[in-house]
Amino acid sequence: MNTRETILTRIREAVAQAPEVPEPARDYLPSHTPNDPQTLVNLLAENLTDYRAIVHHTYEDTLPDLLNQLLSAHGTQSVLVPPGLPEHWLQASNAQQIEDSSTHTPHDLDTVDSVVTGCALAIAETGTLVLDASPDQGRRRITLIPDHHICIVRAPDQIVASLPQAMPRLDPTRPLTWISGPSATSDIELDRVEGVHGPRTLEVILLSSRSGD
Amino acid sequence: MSGTYLGMPSFPVAAREAVNNPTLRANLRHATHTIRAKRAVAVAELADWALLREAGKQIKDRTLRHLDTLLVELEEKVTAAGGVVHWAADAEEANRIVTELVVETGEREVVKVKSMATQEIGLNEALEAAGIAAYETDLAELIVQLGEDRPSHILVPAIHRNRGEIRDIFATTMGEWGRPAPDDLTDSPAALAEAARLHLREKFLRAKVGISGANFMVAETGTLVVLESEGNGRMCLTLPETLISVVGIEKVIPSWRDLEVFLQTLPRSSTAERMNPYTSTWTGTTDSDGPKAFHLVLLDNGRTATLADEVGRQALRCIRCSACLNVCPVYERAGGHAYGSVYPGPIGAILSPQLRGTQSDIDASLPYASSLCGACYEVCPVAIDIPEVLVHLREQVAEKGGKGHRLEKTAMKAAGWILNHPAALTAGERIASKTRALHPKTVPGASAWTDSRDLPALPEQPFRDWWKKNRT
Ligand code: SF4
Repeated sequence: MNTRETILTRIREAVAQAPEVPEPARDYLPSHTPNDPQTLVNLLAENLTDYRAIVHHTYEDTLPDLLNQLLSAHGTQSVLVPPGLPEHWLQASNAQQIEDSSTHTPHDLDTVDSVVTGCALAIAETGTLVLDASPDQGRRRITLIPDHHICIVRAPDQIVASLPQAMPRLDPTRPLTWISGPSATSDIELDRVEGVHGPRTLEVILLSSRSGD
Repeated sequence: MSGTYLGMPSFPVAAREAVNNPTLRANLRHATHTIRAKRAVAVAELADWALLREAGKQIKDRTLRHLDTLLVELEEKVTAAGGVVHWAADAEEANRIVTELVVETGEREVVKVKSMATQEIGLNEALEAAGIAAYETDLAELIVQLGEDRPSHILVPAIHRNRGEIRDIFATTMGEWGRPAPDDLTDSPAALAEAARLHLREKFLRAKVGISGANFMVAETGTLVVLESEGNGRMCLTLPETLISVVGIEKVIPSWRDLEVFLQTLPRSSTAERMNPYTSTWTGTTDSDGPKAFHLVLLDNGRTATLADEVGRQALRCIRCSACLNVCPVYERAGGHAYGSVYPGPIGAILSPQLRGTQSDIDASLPYASSLCGACYEVCPVAIDIPEVLVHLREQVAEKGGKGHRLEKTAMKAAGWILNHPAALTAGERIASKTRALHPKTVPGASAWTDSRDLPALPEQPFRDWWKKNRT
C-alpha cells in the first residue's frame, strides 16, 4: 500500500465508529453593522486608521491631484502601475511610471518608490482591503516590495460590511491578498512596529462619485 | 516529532529550571498578561462570539468525521490547479520528500515562513544534513534561529526574550548569516525590526525556493490560506519560483465559505486584532504571478492515531491561535520550553502526547502540566475541552502502571511548587468551585483574580484540594 492509501485507510478506521456530524449551524450574524452606505464608509475609514493606514476621501475629478500630492509628499521618483489602472489617475504626477511586468526581477521592484492600485473589495468591520490580481491591481508582489502603497477603493460600491458578505463576492481561483493596515510586527515585547517586510506606509483613498451632491 | 526534543527531561524537571529564571518569568508574565487583556477587548466587539465559536467547532468536527473524502477532494482541486500533492506518513517521509524537491531545483538555500508543521518534523535539521540552508524569516523565528534557541510560544516564539537580549543576539550573530546588524544598533523595537528587514530582504530577493505551512486548506476549491503580520509570508509565497507547503492533514476545511468563521475568530483570539495585517490565499499556480511550481505535502505524523481516540480527537480542531497559552497559569510560570515540543501550553499538553505517544518521560508527564482550572477551554475559539482531554490522558498514563504512577507523583510535587499562587488565587478557586452551577460571569469581590483573566469554567474539585488528597 502506498502512503496515500495508508493514511486514508487509517482515517477511515479511526472514525468508523464516530457518530455522524450534522452540517454546521450558521446562526452567527451575517454582519454587525447597519447596511447603510455612509455608515460603512465611515466604519472602514475608522478601522483602517486604527491599524495605522492613512485614509483620504476624494472624487473622480480631484483624484489625479490628490495622487500627485501624495506621491510628491512621499518623495516618490518612480511608481509601479498595474496594466489596468485608469490612465488619467496618474496624469498629474511627474513620477516615472513603471508598468507591472513579469520580466521585472524582485531586485528591479526593490528600486521603485511607490505603487498605486485599485482593489477587489474592502471590508468595513475589519478594515481590510482585498486584492485579487485583476488588471487594476497587478501581480501580488508589486504591492509587497515598494515601501509605499496607495490603494483606491470605490466608495461605497466596493465596500461590504463583513466577512460573510465578502466571501461570495471573491473568486477563490484567483490569488488573493488581504491587507489590514501596513505590515507590522509585535514580536519584540509585544510592541507594535510598522513595516517589517511589506510597505511601511499604506494610504487608502476612498473614491466617491459626485452624484449625491 | 523533531529530534530537537529527544532526551527532554519530563515537564516537572524542565519547569523547575524556568521557574528559577526571573528574567524569563518576567518576560512571559508581561507578554501573556498584555495579550490576554487585548484579546478580551477584541472578542467583546463581536456580539455573536459564542455562535462563531460553536460554528467553528462544528465545522472542524464535521471535517474530522469526513477527513478522507475532504483530503481526496483537496488533492483533486490542487492538482487541477497545477499543484502537485504528496502524502507523508511521518516526519522522516515528509523530510525526505521536501529534501528531494529542493535538491531537484538545484538550489542550496530556502526561505521559510513560520510553520509549526515543519518545526514538528525537524525539517530545518534534515535540510541542513543535506547541505541546504533554511532561513526562518518571521522576526521572532529569526531571533530564535540566530540565538540557537527553541521557540517557546506558538504565536510569539521569542516571547521569552526581551529587547536587550534580542539586540545582543542580532549584534553578535547576524553577520554570520548574511548582512550584519548596523554598528550602532539600539534595543528599540523599531531599530531591531529595521535590522531584520535589511538582513532578510537580501535573502527574499534572491530566493528561488520557499517553504511554508498553511492555516487552512479549502477542499472545495484547493485553496491554501496563510495568515501573517509582517509580509515575510507574502515574500516567501510569491517571490520564489518553487513553493513547498507542508501541512497537517487536519488543516483542511470543507468550503470557501467556512473561512468567514475562522477569519473572524482566529485573528481576534491570537493577536487580538480585528484582522491580521496580511492574509494570502492561492490555488495551485497562476501564470506569471507567483511560483511556477507548487508542491503540497500532506502530513500525518500521529494525526490519524489522535483521530482514533474518541475523547482526544478534539485536539485536532485546534487552529493554533495560542489563546490557551496566554491564560494558562502553568504556562506563565513554566515557560514554553518546559513542554518539550513545538506545541507548548495547554494545547501542547494534550497534542504532543497524542501525536508522539506517552512512552517518553516528557510525554507521560505532560497531561499533569495543568491545574485543570478550565481557562484554556473558555478562551478556545473552537471549544476544545482541554481539561477533559487532560484527565482522559492521565487515565491512560496511569493505566500503564509503575512508570506512570511514579511520574504522576513527581509531576504533582513540581506542579504544587510551580503553582505557588498568591493565597487569593487559592481562595478564589475553592469558593468558585463550590458554586460552579451558579457561576456568574464575574465574581463579586474577587476582582484581584478576575480582572487579570477571562473567567474560566471551573473544575468540580479545586486542583489544590485534589492535589493534597493525591500527593502521598
Ligand atoms: S487549543 Fe484552542 S485556544 Fe489553544 S491554540 Fe488551539 S485553537 Fe487556540
